[in-house]
Amino acid sequence: MASITLEGLKKTYSGDAHAVKGIDLHIEDGEFVVLVGPSGCGKSTLLRMVAGLETITEGTLKIGERVVNTLEPAERDIAMVFQNYALYPHMTVYNNLAYGLKNRGFKKDDIEKRVRVAAQMLEIEAFLDRKPRKLSGGQRQRVAMGRALVRDPAAFLFDEPLSNLDAKLRVQMRVEIKQLQRRLKTTSLYVTHDQLEAMTLGDRLVVLNAGQIEQVGTPMEIYARPATMFVAGFIGSPAMNMLSVDYLTAQGADGPLDNLPEGTDTVGIRPDDMHLAPPHAPHLILDSTLALFEAAGAESHLYVTLADSAQPTVIRVSGQPPVAEGDTLRIYVPRHALHPFNSTTGQRIQD
Amino acid sequence: MQTKRMTFPGRWLPFALLAPQVIITLIFFIWPAGQALYQSLLREDAFGLRSTFVGLENFARLFRDGSYLNSLSVTVVFAVGTTLLSMSVALLLASTVNRMLRSRSTYTTLLVWPYAIAPALAGVLWWFIFNPSIGIVPYMLEMVGYQWNHRNSGSDAMLLVILAAAWKQVSYNFLFFLAGMQSIPQSLIEAAAIDGASPIKRFWTIVFPLLSPTTFFLMVVNVVYAMFDTFGIIHATTEGGPAQATNILVYKVYADGFVGLNLGSSAAQSVILMVIVVALTVIQFRFIERRVNY
Amino acid sequence: MVENRPWANGFAHTVLIIGVALVVFPVYIAIVASTQAPDELLRGTLPLLPGSHGIENYTQMWLSGVSSTNSPSAALMLWNSFVMAMAITVGKLFISLLSAFAIVYFRFRFRMFFFWLIFVTLMLPVEVRIIPTYQVVADLSMLNSFAGLSIPLIASATATFLFRQFFMTVPEEMLEAARVDGAGPMTFFKDILLPLSVTNIAALFVIMFIYGWNQYLWPLLITTDPDYTTIVMGIQRMTSEENPQWHLIMAAVVMAALPPVLVILFMQRLFVKGLTETEK
Repeated sequence: MASITLEGLKKTYSGDAHAVKGIDLHIEDGEFVVLVGPSGCGKSTLLRMVAGLETITEGTLKIGERVVNTLEPAERDIAMVFQNYALYPHMTVYNNLAYGLKNRGFKKDDIEKRVRVAAQMLEIEAFLDRKPRKLSGGQRQRVAMGRALVRDPAAFLFDEPLSNLDAKLRVQMRVEIKQLQRRLKTTSLYVTHDQLEAMTLGDRLVVLNAGQIEQVGTPMEIYARPATMFVAGFIGSPAMNMLSVDYLTAQGADGPLDNLPEGTDTVGIRPDDMHLAPPHAPHLILDSTLALFEAAGAESHLYVTLADSAQPTVIRVSGQPPVAEGDTLRIYVPRHALHPFNSTTGQRIQD
Repeated sequence: MQTKRMTFPGRWLPFALLAPQVIITLIFFIWPAGQALYQSLLREDAFGLRSTFVGLENFARLFRDGSYLNSLSVTVVFAVGTTLLSMSVALLLASTVNRMLRSRSTYTTLLVWPYAIAPALAGVLWWFIFNPSIGIVPYMLEMVGYQWNHRNSGSDAMLLVILAAAWKQVSYNFLFFLAGMQSIPQSLIEAAAIDGASPIKRFWTIVFPLLSPTTFFLMVVNVVYAMFDTFGIIHATTEGGPAQATNILVYKVYADGFVGLNLGSSAAQSVILMVIVVALTVIQFRFIERRVNY
Repeated sequence: MVENRPWANGFAHTVLIIGVALVVFPVYIAIVASTQAPDELLRGTLPLLPGSHGIENYTQMWLSGVSSTNSPSAALMLWNSFVMAMAITVGKLFISLLSAFAIVYFRFRFRMFFFWLIFVTLMLPVEVRIIPTYQVVADLSMLNSFAGLSIPLIASATATFLFRQFFMTVPEEMLEAARVDGAGPMTFFKDILLPLSVTNIAALFVIMFIYGWNQYLWPLLITTDPDYTTIVMGIQRMTSEENPQWHLIMAAVVMAALPPVLVILFMQRLFVKGLTETEK
């Protein structure tokens, strides 16, 4: 097991397209780090660079204390779980798990032992003699994990491993991956575009956008204090509402806005922080009309149109409030729930 | 042209992997083709001792030569006849088999095996059936008053080789037509039926137009087959006769070169044939590109 | 089918039965002829039913061939055809797999050049460049040898293209997973790529075997020694005699046709796959 260090990692394709624009990141030994971002943000490319499946244009990559920039994937002591599993269709599950060990010259009985242990851990012992074709999606997923497990590598790399599963199975496998990683304490780098998966799995999140890091932090740090407007919009569902300070001032909400930090021209408000009843803390008041009411069981989403604004805004409340579409709603936002941003730089203004 | 997203490193390995094919290609394809090109510009003297450079003279001679022009027109008749006959029979059989459910695979099996028969054997079989002294077909034709003799009659001989060539090719065309028909969505046929089209009308207004890519492809393939793969049929039966009535181009190259030992002329004929193959291949590939974009 | 009229089905069956009959007819005649006594065929018109001399005709053809000429026994000719067909088939598959592997899984200088070099062979059937190719083989002293019979026919752009096409459809992750699993190029080729290509190899095998078995012009030119006579050209030699012995010739025809026909009948699915995919 080992830490992974990325220093100024860059990837340039021919034709000057910068896929990855200089990433610095240190992953501690045993840590579970999730790379998250929209498609095309470079997260998969970054992972594949760590795996050795893409060449590194610039920068240094260390696994443990060893610089591995030019090493073959097999020499990096990593294991990878692919999005479509990449199981060898003509081999039995047993041979799929054993293949990497055979190529590395492991002894036969050692291979046997390791495969049994991994199969037991993943509860796939019953399928060892089957071909991947005969397995369900969830079982294939386990075999793909098993192939990574048997080698006992320095690090696991996951490339959107759950995206081919249906919603229910995805939640189940997510929990299992987390438990497995806790138990094995193997350094893990996990790529996903699903922010919920990212939040629930990672010890730390790395939010990527356009080949650059937007923010690194624990899931709660990122949720509570998004460093950029991009992160604010990407993490959290429904997404954070963005209102300009000018609008709020024009609406007569100047009182609590006085002490916003210097340079703030936009404030973000999470849908959970908009209330239909006045809180005790200092707050702003906004008038709106309810455009659409969405009941989602334990909670409801209210899509409202703010007065004198075309800005669509979402409110999340628990239960089902007694409101109807077309109603005029008064919204209360506590002062401490405002996230100050500068829309020119896209950065959070530190308060 | 693409490779995989990720490739193996290796300086010498790819060349080593390519070497067997490239060496064979160079020795047995590129070099002889170059030789043909080179020899087509030379003329050997009567004793084959000296050759002189004559430029395009060999080609000019060919197009003044009555027997070559005859061979050209014989080839056209043979290719068109073979293509039309085998394709129309195949289309009829394929469209009939396609409406069968349970017996489809049985009929398919019974119809495809002639593909395995060598052209030369196909020639021998039909030659035997039409043998003027012991053949069964001339006997039957005689009863209706026709004196069949492909040893004397050029048109009888041509008909014979067309029959043999088409017979062997039906199975190939049949398979492609059947595959083409099976790729036509059943819903289109059903929509046409609801629109009130009779089975025959459905065939000509829906199925046949949608088959046109297959038909065009098969036309090119059949012409190539008739021009180049039928050497065996001609050689094993008519040997180009009677009176050059079945002397197709590919047979003439052989006859002039190996039997007549006229190397310059034979080489020039080779070059012309190569140009024809290249042209047909280009047509075929352009068509495939178009079909991919469908 | 959209509708199901009994008379239409009856008509369709009639068309198909006539079609099958026409397709089978020449071979049926061959079988009939091969079972007749020698004088039966000289007497005039061929009978329509098989005769009783089948066993002796086939035995004679198999063991000693046509005695009047020095044409070899069918057993030897069939063996020669088999060796030639197998050499061509295995050779084609071997060099095509290797070169397709190089073209798809490596980046190297002159890749496009080699691709086009191979592509060109697609356009040059042996019939077209027959004389210079003969000269090359003669210069290399390969006349009257199995090497001369097979090697010049081995280069095959068709098979190379098919394998290239197929390799392109193998998921990228197969290669990536194998490399993470520590497989080098040849290990990957042997452990992953070849097993995945089995169906394609088998399909091409059927097509190539038939192609090899049915070679005619090339053996005709390359071999003068009767020991190398293949069955297809041997039959032609027998027919061009003064008084062809049709009962033996037809027995030879049936024996010559049997191996490739059996291959098609028993591997119909692979045959259809091979045929329709090599031409696309």
